Amino acid sequence: MQWHSLSEFIDMGGRGGFVWGAYGTMAVLMLVEPLLARWRHRAARTAIAERMADEEAARVAAAGERP
Amino acid sequence: MNTSAATAAVRPRLTWFTFASPANFYRLAGVLGPLCGVVAAAFALAGLWMGFLVAPTDAVQGEVYRIIFIHVPAAWLSMVLYVALAFWAAVGWFLNARMAFIFARAIAPTGALFALLALWTGSLWGRPTWGTWWVWDARLTSELILLFLYLGYMALVAAIDDVRRADKAGALLAIVGVVNVPIIYFSVVWWNTLHQGSSLTMGKDQHMASTMLVAMLLLTLACWAYAFAVVFVRARAIVLEREGDHAWARALVAARQGS
Repeated sequence: MQWHSLSEFIDMGGRGGFVWGAYGTMAVLMLVEPLLARWRHRAARTAIAERMADEEAARVAAAGERP
Repeated sequence: MNTSAATAAVRPRLTWFTFASPANFYRLAGVLGPLCGVVAAAFALAGLWMGFLVAPTDAVQGEVYRIIFIHVPAAWLSMVLYVALAFWAAVGWFLNARMAFIFARAIAPTGALFALLALWTGSLWGRPTWGTWWVWDARLTSELILLFLYLGYMALVAAIDDVRRADKAGALLAIVGVVNVPIIYFSVVWWNTLHQGSSLTMGKDQHMASTMLVAMLLLTLACWAYAFAVVFVRARAIVLEREGDHAWARALVAARQGS
């Protein structure tokens, strides 16, 4: 290992901004994208549940109107 | 005879088309998705450890060369995912397979992400190394076009309300756009501009130190596994969006609410 201290590691031979800018952006986006996909999955599930509830309510209402 | 009939009812016969059924795919991807995520994290940790703690300082470029460990995987994945997108678009087009169009749509955002990351990490590497953030070099320009192809595909399928028409229009764009992939790949050979040649050449002596190569390959595997994981999650979401009126999807949602 060529690093003698943490500050030397962070400094990356004076190119820390470039190195960590690249790795940091990649890390953030690769954490955000799976979250977005999971939210989309949850939203799809919620939409089905709401549709089922609406249909059930309509069915109950129709049954109530019957003499 | 009774028992064999019962078994057949519980466990449907596994064929090439088993997972072409959205319901079966949904279950399979629910297992494979998280598994790929764990594999991605493991490879990422190993690759980062190799890349930052084992790989030596580059004699010419200093430390900034470490960006290459993620730049090359991002660029590779952006091309591989585009070919996968075009492949599934073509399968959907010719076989009218429901899952194929879903795969095409699920791949697009992840491909766009990797194209963006390839450009972004390349720019951060290019500034200290070439002295410029951007040049209209053949490799850079064709990779930018790849990003626009992804974004164009996503915008097109989102703009058409009719799902089947949107799938078909998007498929046509994706298939035509695939000519750009060999252009990106061979751009460094065909045009002698700024971007360097391939980092890896099969069957030749490597220019890179073996620890550098291992770091890059580990992070490439991490990106592959990540792409599978996130595409599986997104494909499951799209399956539910499209199959919401089917009994299996409703039973699944009802079972979840009950628990």
